[in-house]
Amino acid sequence: MKASRREFLKLGVAASTALLPLAARAQGAAPRVVVVGGGFAGASCARALRQADGRIAVTLVEANATFTACPFSNAVIGGLRELRAQQFTYDRVAADGIVVARAMATAVDARSVTLADGAHLPYDRLVLAPGIDIRWDALPGYDEAAAAQMPHAWRAGEQTLLLRRQLEAMDDGGLVVISAPANPFRCPPGPYERASLIAHYLKTKKPKSKLMILDAKDTFSKQRLFQAAWAELYPGLLEWVPLSKGGAVTSVDAATRTLMTDFGRHQAKVANVIPPQKAGRIAEVAGVADGTGWCPIDPVTFESKLQPRIHVIGDAAIAGAMPKSAFAANSQAKTCAAAVARLLTGATPSAPKLINTCYSLVAPDYGISVAGVYQPSASGQLAEVPGSGGVSPAGAPRATRAAEALLAEAWFRTITDETFG
Amino acid sequence: MGRTLAAAIGLASIAAATVASAEPPAGAASCSGCHPASTRVTSPVPRLAGLDQAAIVRAMQDFRSGQRAATVMDRIAKGFTDEEVQAIAAWYATQK
Repeated sequence: MKASRREFLKLGVAASTALLPLAARAQGAAPRVVVVGGGFAGASCARALRQADGRIAVTLVEANATFTACPFSNAVIGGLRELRAQQFTYDRVAADGIVVARAMATAVDARSVTLADGAHLPYDRLVLAPGIDIRWDALPGYDEAAAAQMPHAWRAGEQTLLLRRQLEAMDDGGLVVISAPANPFRCPPGPYERASLIAHYLKTKKPKSKLMILDAKDTFSKQRLFQAAWAELYPGLLEWVPLSKGGAVTSVDAATRTLMTDFGRHQAKVANVIPPQKAGRIAEVAGVADGTGWCPIDPVTFESKLQPRIHVIGDAAIAGAMPKSAFAANSQAKTCAAAVARLLTGATPSAPKLINTCYSLVAPDYGISVAGVYQPSASGQLAEVPGSGGVSPAGAPRATRAAEALLAEAWFRTITDETFG
Repeated sequence: MGRTLAAAIGLASIAAATVASAEPPAGAASCSGCHPASTRVTSPVPRLAGLDQAAIVRAMQDFRSGQRAATVMDRIAKGFTDEEVQAIAAWYATQK
């Protein structure tokens, strides 16, 4: 923690003094909720908890002073946007009466979270929102050192800028290769939006270049819409190689920027390896991740199926039909906060309904979307409500695509304002 | 001591009831992913807080039936029953 422990304790004391008249009626203390992870899931949840019940003492544990958002980071890579437009601080979150502990959480037991400096944060309920970690052991040749040559750019920040700089430095006529992983992973349409916006950059600035997507899958999110748009906007520039045509990357050589498949090898001028992923590290430490690396949860409360009183939201959770998206994370955060607020008063959480809406840009003025409505199913998973949801219509006029591109930007302003503003 | 405890329990249940009545109904909390909760945000998507209940219900029905042109709301409206839409609309109508 960067703030001194004394400062932190002072904050805690101030918070509990303010709550004393109400807290005194309980066992002498306000209910304590610790939220680990300050992304769309964690920061939204911390705020929603305070909104649901102002008596709850909420601490948000986050190692970074600044959050860098992934949605729209593909536009940064494509040279359409600056990284600072993706960055947010926690000042407004703290102003809601949330104690923001700028620290890495290193351990979790049944009662408290341990921070890197040894401090303990006791909790009545814990919410883990750690996002993703890269599986550095999953793709031979791809380790942290290799990521400096072949960026993943799947956690926004320096990696985003590195990939952009590599594209800018590339001579016209170069081959760019994107490697897309098998499911599940953060942001299912993300690799294809990225391919689109890199293709847009190449078409505009380096038109003799080629882009290849090597995919470990035969199908992907919004596939028909992406492919129709690629044929229209980027013919001859962008090639998608599915699993069945030898798309699965089996190893990489960072020094030569070479990607190996069972069918051959591709030497790239710029290689973006989007590697296999798992729940953020603290999930494993807390014992809430299963053999898949992700976290099984109850679909009503988001409480872990493996550890009582620990809830998991956002990309780290196994949320059934819900994709790993910022919108889903924010929706889950508010649902989880309502459930936690009820559980703390001994009440029973009610069955929720959740929404996801994800926009992708195929070009700056060409947006497409997928939407879904979700509810707990009889089998204990979050399932799509039958008859709801789906993607933008095929064959829609360009005016519709332009409208969705504007709505995508409006969505970003709205959700980042609710989470950090 | 007994009386204090009883009073305290009374206070607690009043507080709990207040909290419960303010709680958004199923689905309502998700709307603010696109419909701005704050007046600070510039968006073509309308704020829902304080809108007329009947107007929200009618919009949802028209999105669901396809009578009103939509980008994503047609797909989302189909995920909610009439009762759920009524509850969401009633809740937003009381928000500021």
